[in-house]
Amino acid sequence: MAGRSVPNIMRQGKLAPWLYLMPALLIMSFFIVYPMINTVSLSFKNRDGTASAATTCVEGNPCWGVFENYRIALTAEFDTRTFSSFWRTFWVSSYGNTIKWIFLMVSGTVGLGLMFAVLADRVKYEALAKAIIFMPMAVSFVGAGIIWKFVYDYGTQQVQIGLLNAIITSLGGQPTAFLTIPQLNTVALIVVGVWIWTGFCMTILSAALKSVPDEILEAARVDGATEWTIFWRIMVPIILPTITVVVTTMVINVLKLFDIVYVMTGGNFGTNVIANRMYTEMYTNFNVGRGTAVAVVLVIAIIPFIYFNIRRFLAQEEMR
Amino acid sequence: MSRDRINKILNRIPTHAIIIFMILVWVVPTFGLLVTSLRPSQAINTSGWWTILSPPRGSAEYTEYCAACHGSGGDALPSANLSDPQLVGQFPRSLQLLAALRRDIDGQPHMGDVPLPEVQAAADIAGYLKQLSGIESQPRFTFSNYIDALVGYRGTTTYQQDCAAGTAPLDIKCDASDLLNPRGMGRAFVNSLIVTIPATILPIMFAAFAGYAFAWLDFKGRFLLFAILVGLQVVPLQMTLVPISRLYAQLGLNGTFLGVWLFHTGFGMPYAIYLMRNFLGSLPRDLFESAYLDGASHWTAFYKLVLPLAMPAIASLGIFQFLWVWNDLLVALVFLGGTTPVMTYQISNMVTSLGAGWHLLTASAFLSMLLPMIVFFGLQRYFVRGMLAGAVKG
Repeated sequence: MAGRSVPNIMRQGKLAPWLYLMPALLIMSFFIVYPMINTVSLSFKNRDGTASAATTCVEGNPCWGVFENYRIALTAEFDTRTFSSFWRTFWVSSYGNTIKWIFLMVSGTVGLGLMFAVLADRVKYEALAKAIIFMPMAVSFVGAGIIWKFVYDYGTQQVQIGLLNAIITSLGGQPTAFLTIPQLNTVALIVVGVWIWTGFCMTILSAALKSVPDEILEAARVDGATEWTIFWRIMVPIILPTITVVVTTMVINVLKLFDIVYVMTGGNFGTNVIANRMYTEMYTNFNVGRGTAVAVVLVIAIIPFIYFNIRRFLAQEEMR
Repeated sequence: MSRDRINKILNRIPTHAIIIFMILVWVVPTFGLLVTSLRPSQAINTSGWWTILSPPRGSAEYTEYCAACHGSGGDALPSANLSDPQLVGQFPRSLQLLAALRRDIDGQPHMGDVPLPEVQAAADIAGYLKQLSGIESQPRFTFSNYIDALVGYRGTTTYQQDCAAGTAPLDIKCDASDLLNPRGMGRAFVNSLIVTIPATILPIMFAAFAGYAFAWLDFKGRFLLFAILVGLQVVPLQMTLVPISRLYAQLGLNGTFLGVWLFHTGFGMPYAIYLMRNFLGSLPRDLFESAYLDGASHWTAFYKLVLPLAMPAIASLGIFQFLWVWNDLLVALVFLGGTTPVMTYQISNMVTSLGAGWHLLTASAFLSMLLPMIVFFGLQRYFVRGMLAGAVKG
């Protein structure tokens, strides 16, 4: 819009534009801007927001003064006595798990989505196949959580009614409690996330792939390039900007992700993530200060992506 | 067929294999949920849903040990009719059954020279005989899970059985009013609808106004304001929950539909405006110039020109916002909770606190997916279009 101006004839009255904007601006300031500021200030207060967080320090324990809630938010999950105990507790903490989520889920959704988009392009039942992969996007995380909780079900008796354990036992393996074994359970939850979001990545990447000009691909094939080379040397570089957008979008989605963990394990057995921890501090422990401090940590993790989003928008506007 | 064609087909096999494998991973869990939701609860907990088409438990053992004399229907010997509930009632378990099998009949061993079945096999046969004689009649498929889920029945049998026997729990009235039982999915469905419809219409309406202003009206700070809006799109919900719920507590808006409508409207806004502005901005400029030359005001241009033309964008946005609100758990959990439960809340509550059985969970989950699935498969094109235009929402 920087370079783009409105038709001259549309410049009638200074007030009119603001009348159109008013409902949206009012409601956004009230529900997004004001609470963001308030959340930051509450994160320096005590459990009901009435006094400074410094008053919650306990004699004899470490204290970060007014940043006390941040001390809890950042360090409470770790056992810092030795490095190995720290390392062990880190990878079952909400931070360690969120890192696992980001790496596994983003690579899983983007990788599978890209693979499926490329392969489905070559078959006759493309539309149906893509609709099926996309379907979980319509289902709630809660619904998907139930679907997979049932797949992962672990029977303590002889009969396994969970599909996965039934397959394992029929192949002669031992049934596994997928949702309660630390490390394994987070991976099991991430699989659910991948199952839900692959369709999203696939759809966007597929649209980008379709826009790769056929002439280029044909020319490469005539020159004897293998499909593998064409994919890595031609397709991927052309759609790289789209891949970047999908990756950043997925990272943001993962950071905010709450429902899957809440429904499937409630954050227990070492599956907590930052977004669920915020909910627990606020609405289970009723600690306003700590809850908001975790929220601020979350938003700080997201700030680079806000910046990236605006940059991308500015670049798009240049091209218009 | 030429050699080339055969080669081509062979080369495609891995492609098909990967696609079909992924489709299976995507379909089978959902299909399993659907099948399970239609099975009687006892069957759900004793056998996997994939056994649904295999013969009932114990029938193989029955065929091996008993069918030769008693017949596959159990009624081949008039003196020992195994389809008679009175006779079968005498050996309900493996113990009694094995005792009966050890006894001689007319001086001959019961089983002839066939060895007696193992204890487990005998138990399975005893279970199978109950089915055969009709002592326990379990249909393979039933809708009772759906009925139980809709009315919020949490007893040990089924809603219909309990109501017929007059032993229903206190909160069940056994008439149509049960559909509004606060523990049931019927009530939750209504609540979800009440939450979703205004929370879809309001943001689209406001976004259409604002998108129009951003695309075609001139005002100071237009660009800066829009850039801020782009940034606001990715602000996490968690960042605003606490102050709003404290404020709502003071205003008495906690647990009210109004509170949730407004919150969803506020949060749907940045993405909706972004999409609207981009769509409206791509309309041809001449259109507006000629409209103004014809003497149209802002409002007429908006109402008569922009709104009809923006219908595709409104449709995309509508589906997006509808699915977002319908599937939301966090906002419902915080602002509505158990006072006016929506479907997602009801299901998560069954999982976390009540430990409801799989028969209720699967049926409830499927009920909650019904409407989104219809919307999705009916209007998929608009949904995909909206996603490609914006790609960020949360």
